Amino acid sequence: MSTPVPEGRPVVEMSGISIEFPGVKALDGVDLTLRPGEIHALMGENGAGKSTMIKALTGVYSIDSGTIVVDGSPHTFSGPGAAQQAGVSTVYQEVNLCENLSVAENIMLGHEPRRGGAINWRATRRRAGEMLARLNLDIDPASSLASHSLAIQQLVAICRALVIDCKVLILDEPTSSLDADEVAQLFEVMRRLKDDGVAILFVSHFLEQVYAISDRMTVLRNGRLVGEYRTDELPRLELVSKMIGASLDELSELEQTTERIAHDRSGEEPFIQAVGLGRKGSIQPFDLDIYPGEVVGLAGLLGSGRTEMARLLAGADRADSGQTTVSGRLARLRTPRAAMQRNIAFSSEHRKAEGVVGDLTIRENIVLGLQADRGWARRMPRRQVDEIVEKYMTALSIRPNNPDALLRNLSGGNQQKVLLARWLATAPELLILDEPTRGIDVGAKAEIQKLVAQLASQGMSVLFISAELDEVLRLSHRIAVMRDRVKVAEITNSDDVTVENVVELIASGGTDS
Amino acid sequence: MSTVKTPTPTSPREPGNKPRTAGGMSAGMPVRFASRIRVDRRYLPVIGTLVVLALMLIIGGSRYENFLSGRVISNLFINNSFLIVLAVGMTFVILTGGIDLSVGSVVALSGISAASLLQSGWPAAVVIPLVVLIGTVIGLVVGIMVHVFEIQPFIATLAAMFLARGLCYVISLQSIPINDDTFVSIASWKQQFGEEWRITTSVVIALVVVAIAFYMLHYTQFGRTVYAIGGGEQSAMLMGLPVARTKVLVYVVSGTCAGIGGLLFAMFSRSGYSLTGVGMELDAIAAVVIGGTILTGGTGFVLGSVLGVLVLGLIQTIITFEGTLSSWWTKIVIGGLLLVFVILQRVLVVRRR
Amino acid sequence: MSTAAPATPTWQRVTQHRLFWPVVALVALFVANTIANPGFLSLRLQDGHLFGALINLLRGGSPLLLIALGMTLVIATRGIDLSVGAVVAISGAVALSFIASSSDPSSVTTVLVAIGIALALSLVLGVWNGFLVSVVGIQPIIATLVLMTAGRGVAMLITGGQITTVNSAPFKTLGSGFWLGLPVAVFVAGGVFALVAFLTRRTALGMLIESVGINPEASRLAGVKSRSIIWTVYAVCGLFAGLGGLIISSNVMAADANNAGLFIELDAILAVVIGGTSLSGGKFSLAGTLVGVLIIQTLTVTVTMLGISPSVTPLFKAIVVIAVCLAQSPKIRDAVAARRRRAARTSQAAEVAA
Repeated sequence: MSTPVPEGRPVVEMSGISIEFPGVKALDGVDLTLRPGEIHALMGENGAGKSTMIKALTGVYSIDSGTIVVDGSPHTFSGPGAAQQAGVSTVYQEVNLCENLSVAENIMLGHEPRRGGAINWRATRRRAGEMLARLNLDIDPASSLASHSLAIQQLVAICRALVIDCKVLILDEPTSSLDADEVAQLFEVMRRLKDDGVAILFVSHFLEQVYAISDRMTVLRNGRLVGEYRTDELPRLELVSKMIGASLDELSELEQTTERIAHDRSGEEPFIQAVGLGRKGSIQPFDLDIYPGEVVGLAGLLGSGRTEMARLLAGADRADSGQTTVSGRLARLRTPRAAMQRNIAFSSEHRKAEGVVGDLTIRENIVLGLQADRGWARRMPRRQVDEIVEKYMTALSIRPNNPDALLRNLSGGNQQKVLLARWLATAPELLILDEPTRGIDVGAKAEIQKLVAQLASQGMSVLFISAELDEVLRLSHRIAVMRDRVKVAEITNSDDVTVENVVELIASGGTDS
Repeated sequence: MSTVKTPTPTSPREPGNKPRTAGGMSAGMPVRFASRIRVDRRYLPVIGTLVVLALMLIIGGSRYENFLSGRVISNLFINNSFLIVLAVGMTFVILTGGIDLSVGSVVALSGISAASLLQSGWPAAVVIPLVVLIGTVIGLVVGIMVHVFEIQPFIATLAAMFLARGLCYVISLQSIPINDDTFVSIASWKQQFGEEWRITTSVVIALVVVAIAFYMLHYTQFGRTVYAIGGGEQSAMLMGLPVARTKVLVYVVSGTCAGIGGLLFAMFSRSGYSLTGVGMELDAIAAVVIGGTILTGGTGFVLGSVLGVLVLGLIQTIITFEGTLSSWWTKIVIGGLLLVFVILQRVLVVRRR
Repeated sequence: MSTAAPATPTWQRVTQHRLFWPVVALVALFVANTIANPGFLSLRLQDGHLFGALINLLRGGSPLLLIALGMTLVIATRGIDLSVGAVVAISGAVALSFIASSSDPSSVTTVLVAIGIALALSLVLGVWNGFLVSVVGIQPIIATLVLMTAGRGVAMLITGGQITTVNSAPFKTLGSGFWLGLPVAVFVAGGVFALVAFLTRRTALGMLIESVGINPEASRLAGVKSRSIIWTVYAVCGLFAGLGGLIISSNVMAADANNAGLFIELDAILAVVIGGTSLSGGKFSLAGTLVGVLIIQTLTVTVTMLGISPSVTPLFKAIVVIAVCLAQSPKIRDAVAARRRRAARTSQAAEVAA
């Protein structure tokens, strides 16, 4: 960084912040300092506590202990509204706007210009137009928010954050759905704001971006503070090891045990073969083979079509073109049930919304898939249930070790393990894992990675999706690269393939590969 | 794409073939022009209601003499003024994704309280605001139950429905006539326009309520927050909008409207009776739905609800004009119309996704 | 909480049981009744039939129990069925119109055919609701509102707007007859209760219904046939409502399209909610529904017995609902839990300070 790192009186000082959720200590004595005119990256793996920290600052969660000082005076915001009043604006990872309203309204809601007490719509639209122009966005303020892409919506959310005279702008993973041009556009805006003296707290998974834009960074791990560093003084490798922490050894050990070099597949029959499979508005037609005992990784940005591909193969969505062959026979995977009957299991990325049945017990959640397959009339004998539950609870070391505990009371990692158990109990031949390690602690993550490698070595086919490219690289034999809902490349994994290679492929759209 | 909250908020949004960069939007004039003409999808359900209303007027006018007369139209408003007020209040609640089952009973409670207080000699100037306030208070209690104690709106308003109905019976089991001079003179005021057109106090009050509601929904932060909550409560909260206060207030609005509705019904019937308004909440909900407001919240207009009430009223009028049809056909036709509109809304939602 | 908690005392486990407050309410009502009328709990045998306030209570509550059972299953799938009252009216109207128009109203065959037609039609109406909800994808509350509105019109269409009355001994048995000393209606409701309990708890049906209610999408992805499960519960709910309608019309030997089963959908929903099944779906309790039905029925009886006009019953219902819902409200439970936790924390802090 050529620009001087800003010093000066901090605009936000959070110290000793602790937050406890039932059964989890989400934050444990974490400090964070933001200075005017700096871009500060908040770093950490999924589940490190970044989002919780942001929500603590903006008053979404109330803190159990610690102090928050904004602009020299202690504050505990009662909610995002109060935080905004004090000049702290947030743009969340998932766009939190109202799709039923217009762009102008989404930008101005709560801050509309008035005339005689009534909202002045003309002025509102004009003001919104000005804000959009500030971000070089040429869209009609009166258009419906829902008519715009996720990327545009994200930028609209940033417009909204800028409407108030904000001193602190929090961007929680704003780039995960943006392409390179849009990221550049965003960075330009961020630099302009920084020059205006705004303190920006930036969260991103993309190390390149963090190094390109940030001045300082605070690293969290498992809800604890690792430290605060100047970006230009912290080499990339060191940052990664700080983020991953003690489990570095564990992961490198895994690296050695995984046989991930693809062997010659000619003459073998793939377990599943998709030809021209696609769905309008969701994913362009693609071809994909997965052989028994093979892990195929899917790499791509959020919204690139990774999940959509998985959903078609799992019967969660219906394909409207192409065909699928399973074990050499044509298979129409129109429902999840149809896919299950072909021994395909799908663990969704939305663990809470599409996996966990929170008010049922661990036992019921584990046998749910098997029982659904048998139909309601043939209840599984209790002894068989107990055997299965016991087997997987031990094998996956699910905590608490009580099959009658309600699933919603478990930590994210243990919930994920229960869902894995549900699918493993159905003895699948193809296991589709969409972000199985998102938002869970490092230990559980390593266990799940190990399990995937082990299952593949026993002959199971695995389709593995993760936003973390190093994870994909570590586990996969082959990698399919996705971009803009198109499968753009497929590479065979080897020691020579690096994260940078894959990022390049994603960026270039596979044209020069 | 969608202007409605989709049932599965977690499903990945589909940018589809929409241009990813802003540049794509700045197409030339033709596109702009075309987008001007294209009707905003949000208005489609209301336009549907308007079409139905127009068809009914045309069919009625061609089949029956004197159907398209000022008298019939005036009566349509006069006989349904209380329902218009109820539907207006219900619109607020439904826009946030809630429901209010208590309005029918509150109409009865407000009406019988007015009759009973006037009978015991209270002046009308005190009684009129007081009975409206009864509705407000019940609405406030419901709002607190819904928001603070997180009881589902369905159950909270059901409890309020039983509460209000029970209180009616405590006040009186018999119908109480209203003979207070002031009240009667207010109730019987009317203004004649020409031979056939006329308006009464209750129509004036109903139209004023509609105007205030329109202003509140479209020109105040409270109104916009109502829409935002319907679009996504979590989002509205994270946008820093006063979600808690608004959620309580919509029930206060609905309760107040029910209180006014009771007053209008008392003016209409010149009495208060504990069995008034049984099932009236369903008429109000039906009017709101037929008027194009989507029950999941976030989309709809108060003027649409007024159209919905007029459609319901016209069904009644047509059946009366037909003469040979029995009264129960009203219910069957309303049910059928409700079905058509609900399926229409469903189709719109599916197409948007 | 990870802090070592002492084993929960038995009384606390009892008070935390989700049926604790409903049962307390029921017992309180019984006590109030016994005080007002010492003969409330007594039974006497006359002509081989049991008589007494309790028997009347059970018989009177039978239709509500039938309807509430169907409603429990529907609510467990995150649904609601507002049309049961209308189905009650239609079922009674069809059966009585058929009997009234037949040449031999007193023949058992006529009555059985009438019951068969009424139940088949109720099932069809339930299937219709289920179709709208599970296939067309309309929200349950509005999908069933259609039939709720139109249904009474249809019932009047069937009876021609009249109150149809008949004289048919076999049909009267259903509502007023006795068997083995107990009312036939109680056997019908009890039999259906046992059947539903068996089907939901001895097979996997209960778990699958709960799973669909708790998380429909997760269930679908886990291979649960959620569409057919949802469709089935509405069909069953319609069928049970029809059966309830037959008992109601047999009780008075008349079909009143306007008033038969009026507001019974609300009573049924109340019974379900009082019994601890959440309107947001998921876990359901058939025993809870039974307790809920008994509370509502006892309440009605109590009001009459205390010499209050029966019209005021809604007021007492409102009080019971509000009390039970508040006791079950997460806010209040959290507040109680927080106070306990805060107490624990203060004592910990005190220890640290010491």
